Amino acid sequence: MDINTKKIIKNAYRVTKKRGVTALRIRVPGGRLDVGCLDVIKNIAETFGDGTVHITTRQGFEVPGIPMAKIPQVNEAVAPLLAGMESAIGVEIADLNHGYPAAGTRNVSACIGNSVCTFASYNTTDLARKIERLIYPNDFHVKIAVTGCPNDCIKAHMQDIGVIGMVLPVYDATRCIGCEACVKNCLKVSSGALNMSNYKVKRDHQRCLGCGECVLKCPTSAWTRGEKYYRLVIMGRTGKRNPRLARTFARWISEEAVLKITANMYGFIEKHIDRSLPKEHVGYIVDRAGLPVFREEALQGVGLGPLGRVEDYIPFGGYENR
Amino acid sequence: MGYVLDGQSFDGLLSQLSKEYLIYAPVRISGKGAYSDTDLVAYGQISSLDEIEYNEKSRFSPKELIYPITQTLFYFTEDEYKEPAVSQKSIIIFCRPCDVHAFRRLDEIFLKNGDFRDSYYEAIRRKTVFFILECAGSFENCFCVSMGTNRVEGYAALLRPGEGQVTCDVDEHFAPLFARYGKPAGMTPRFIEENSISVILPEEIDKNIFDHQMWQEYSSRCTACGRCTVSCPTCSCFTMQDIFYEDNPRCGERRRVWASCMVDGFTELAGGHGFRKDNGSRMRFKVMHKIYDFRKRFGYDMCVGCGRCDDVCPEYISFSGCVNKVSSLAGEVKKDD
Repeated sequence: MDINTKKIIKNAYRVTKKRGVTALRIRVPGGRLDVGCLDVIKNIAETFGDGTVHITTRQGFEVPGIPMAKIPQVNEAVAPLLAGMESAIGVEIADLNHGYPAAGTRNVSACIGNSVCTFASYNTTDLARKIERLIYPNDFHVKIAVTGCPNDCIKAHMQDIGVIGMVLPVYDATRCIGCEACVKNCLKVSSGALNMSNYKVKRDHQRCLGCGECVLKCPTSAWTRGEKYYRLVIMGRTGKRNPRLARTFARWISEEAVLKITANMYGFIEKHIDRSLPKEHVGYIVDRAGLPVFREEALQGVGLGPLGRVEDYIPFGGYENR
Repeated sequence: MGYVLDGQSFDGLLSQLSKEYLIYAPVRISGKGAYSDTDLVAYGQISSLDEIEYNEKSRFSPKELIYPITQTLFYFTEDEYKEPAVSQKSIIIFCRPCDVHAFRRLDEIFLKNGDFRDSYYEAIRRKTVFFILECAGSFENCFCVSMGTNRVEGYAALLRPGEGQVTCDVDEHFAPLFARYGKPAGMTPRFIEENSISVILPEEIDKNIFDHQMWQEYSSRCTACGRCTVSCPTCSCFTMQDIFYEDNPRCGERRRVWASCMVDGFTELAGGHGFRKDNGSRMRFKVMHKIYDFRKRFGYDMCVGCGRCDDVCPEYISFSGCVNKVSSLAGEVKKDD
């Protein structure tokens, strides 16, 4: 058997324990799919695999037990998924009959977002799809996830780029009855950014996380939702070498800025990646090049707006025994 | 007298009225719902028919237009005080039949409760005219028929919005103006005669029900957020606040601000004592006030059955459900006595 493993890995298959048998990873951008796609996945698993699927940590599906010899047929069977979940959202894939065109940049995962969740500040599915359109197909090893609010249910803090939804709370003092529900709650569950002064509420913008809890707690709609903003946490990772949580890079920035910084990060990788290695994960490139270099390149052409703030220095932490 | 006006004519009418009146109606405020990408339906000033949100119940009642959430009673300096100016314009409020009945309750509290008339309330109230929005159907949680607030008589105008037009029944005062903008039309007001929810009101309640275990359920379910009371068109409790301006504490103002019997602090006394610390007791107090205590003083029930309390409760507690529980227990409790 003559199989180019480098090639099949880029095609979203993997080398498994069992010789001659592979497994296919199916992307689900934003973790949301039409249930019609499940029929296609089921059919692939039953026809070519072992009749099971594994739900991946990145909200995709992995179909195990596929004979490597069947890859061409599987790739044809995958076409409706590429059409329905990639082409349909604007991802350019030249030939739908050859399977996934890349696997380095992982599925963009998302929490359920504001179509369902009361806390989420934006439609995470939509943003995940916009990011997918921007960065896929791509061989660089990058993990991105988007989450609706600072509760971070999707674990944006474990990603190279984690997008966290924020909302600017707008206060109408004349509607406030001074019940202090927002103040007490902010101290208890969020950042203690609110205080009472002359029976009304004062918000400390430096402390505010933009979680929107004050809006949710307000009985009179004295607090309402203003503009949507985003916080970007970067260079979080797992892995044996030096795992660590992502740290805040930028906050109170627009969706446009999020997309631009994400695109710029790919330019940064292109420029600084160590090509002598089989692959280099973006976080280690930033470690090597230094945050100031990343910061400068990531912010090229990015409009931060009046509220946008970017960190000058990030104490990443992580393992110290290296 | 009945008239029919197309949208453009109605806007012309509004424009004419706005010379003399501030005009308020339920409006849809985009993106201002508590949840992301949701709207808020609440009262706002309008200048066109399209702005009126007719198909959804407003989250807040029109009471805030006459009895503001925060109202400055007077400004004070070291040796003087001055009441704030009140707009010279009169007010038109587009609202539902139940809302008009709610204002009758507020009138009772602010104007007829003992010898004292509340001048701040009266100053706005006496300039207010109601244009009734006829209900095309009963909304979720409404029980106006049970409360006898489904019908309204003696209105200035009653409006039935339809496809690109409004059919109106108007009193003598407004008839000439409506005649100028619209065409005569037959108009027989239609009122809601049935809600999907009905409540049975208890005639007599024995005091033993105060300690009944039914309230314990509300102690665990209710979060004392106060939404039910701020959305209620008949709740009228307020507190007073003296504000000393931060830049110059020698000046300030006295305000009155809505209060809520459901919220922490309402019954708090010096030393931290409170009469209704658990949320079930607060629920009991509120329910009893709406369907019993008010009646004992004024001869009719306070609740108008708009159902906003049920619409807005984040814990899905039903006021009407609670009233029916009380009614079914009222007999039993007495028997046990």
